[in-house]
Amino acid sequence: MHIHLLDQYHTGRSPVHRLDARVKLLLTLAFILVASLTPAGAWPAYLGLALLALGVTLAAGLPPLLVQRRALVALPFALAALTVLFTTEGRPLFTLSLGAWHLTASEPGLIRFLSILLKSWLAIQAAILLAATTPFPTLVVAMRALHFPRLLVAIIAFMGRYLFVLADEALRLHRAREARSAVIGPGSGGSIAWRARVTGGMVGNLFLRSVERSERIYNAMLARGYRGELRTLSPPRLRPADGVLGLLFVTLLALIALLGW
Amino acid sequence: MIPILADALLAPARMHIPDGFLSTPVYLAAWVLALIALGVALRRTQETLGERQVPLMGVLAAFIFAAQMLNFPVAGGTSGHLIGSALAAILMGPWAAMLIMTSVVAVQALIFQDGGLLVLGANILNMAVIAAIVSYGTYQLVRRLAGDRPWGTFAGGFIAAWLSVVVAAIATALELGFSGTSALEVAVPAMAGVHLLIGIGEGLITVGALGFIRATRPDLLSAEPMGAGTGGRWWVAGLGLALLVVLLAPLASSFPDGLERVAEDYGFIEAARNAPYRIIPDYLFPGVSNEALATILAGLVGTLIVFAVTLGVVRGSTRADRRPPTADGRPQTAD
Repeated sequence: MHIHLLDQYHTGRSPVHRLDARVKLLLTLAFILVASLTPAGAWPAYLGLALLALGVTLAAGLPPLLVQRRALVALPFALAALTVLFTTEGRPLFTLSLGAWHLTASEPGLIRFLSILLKSWLAIQAAILLAATTPFPTLVVAMRALHFPRLLVAIIAFMGRYLFVLADEALRLHRAREARSAVIGPGSGGSIAWRARVTGGMVGNLFLRSVERSERIYNAMLARGYRGELRTLSPPRLRPADGVLGLLFVTLLALIALLGW
Repeated sequence: MIPILADALLAPARMHIPDGFLSTPVYLAAWVLALIALGVALRRTQETLGERQVPLMGVLAAFIFAAQMLNFPVAGGTSGHLIGSALAAILMGPWAAMLIMTSVVAVQALIFQDGGLLVLGANILNMAVIAAIVSYGTYQLVRRLAGDRPWGTFAGGFIAAWLSVVVAAIATALELGFSGTSALEVAVPAMAGVHLLIGIGEGLITVGALGFIRATRPDLLSAEPMGAGTGGRWWVAGLGLALLVVLLAPLASSFPDGLERVAEDYGFIEAARNAPYRIIPDYLFPGVSNEALATILAGLVGTLIVFAVTLGVVRGSTRADRRPPTADGRPQTAD
């Protein structure tokens, strides 16, 4: 099962891949912060951020189209921002008539709407670059080194490790249901409540399997000397290159931020 | 397989706010609230759970993620899905559920870009904190009303799951509204309306899962949820929080002229100017009265801090006392 869409890029040897995960995580957040603070309509700044993201994509050896297309995942959420078109005061652009309602879109409204979409598109590109160039265990070590709460990081580490195992179990359950259901379509396969109950049974089944699996895991860990503390590799030392690349990126971000103000 | 996956990965995205959709004061306030709740949750679980629970909670976080992929067809190509906050809260207790759902939301943002990183605090607040408190409180209340008869588990599970989805959706709409991304008077009814229906699917799946678990491993359901303690006051917290969110919605959206006007009338703006939020350049979104919103959010933060502290103190003083809840459902006195 391949829901780990980005894992195939983890093996790269580019400077972006080799950059320390702590630095990468912080730079990703800094990039998103600058994108989020850039005022609406500061097109040069948005262009700068897009070029920066593109540059990192190319440096990492990732296909730019893949990154930019995958960054559209949040597009359905744009619906939530649609109202700013009509509620922002300013020079009217066009009017939509829906029955008794007349909605007038304003120019500032359009600018704000587009800016929100651009911000989210840019932010997701940064998140994709982080996920595509950093294996999850490395990210966990980085979170631990950055003093995220110990228990939470431990849970996240376990979750990352068993995510695909349980996703596979879920897909097996799903396939078993498909194999036993001649047609699932309108008017077949019982009422909606019945279908929901079947799905609920699958979820309950998955829960029991998960609990039992966690018991086996716990026993296996005890057998290997687990005493209630998860030991991770100590994070690698920061190299001079990490500092140089980090500073370079921050400088570029600061210049772009200046463009926006 | 790919369509299932795409469907499963995209469908819950309706509630995962992406980066760029929330203004700085709003996501900072959400982070503050989420971190307070998580801090309490971490302390409570570390006190009550043993080392054994780390693998259990990690695997259950993966379980919630996988369970979100299971769906059932409803009509017109849409399908019913699980978010899972209520199921986690019912099975594991509210504190553990907060940590589990936080891990789920964090991993979805980190690996799958489902929901933003900077606005992660808001997504944690909605789906992990608010949903867990509301659903556990509701579940507990209904079970008490049913006097621990079997239907209490199922009715409680359904109502808890449904209400948690609706309240979390309204909270999402409020955050979008306060950010000036959506008009509150549109976003709140739209999100609430859609999730009144989505919540039914959540409720039905939750009931199905509880039925299956009850039939095969009733011990997992009858056991006291880990970390829930004597559990006397959760229904108060759950219903109180649900009411707060639901009441805030019409209150906030009944001022179409913007909250700035109201804030001026009540002198909030002056207070807001001295608020720590002023260090955030709030002129970034012209036309949005961020000062006023920041004040309201600050009030909310304050309320919840007081609430969290009270809860911690009250619960801390009763921890030694592990009697079952009194029969009339009244919380045991703290002193």
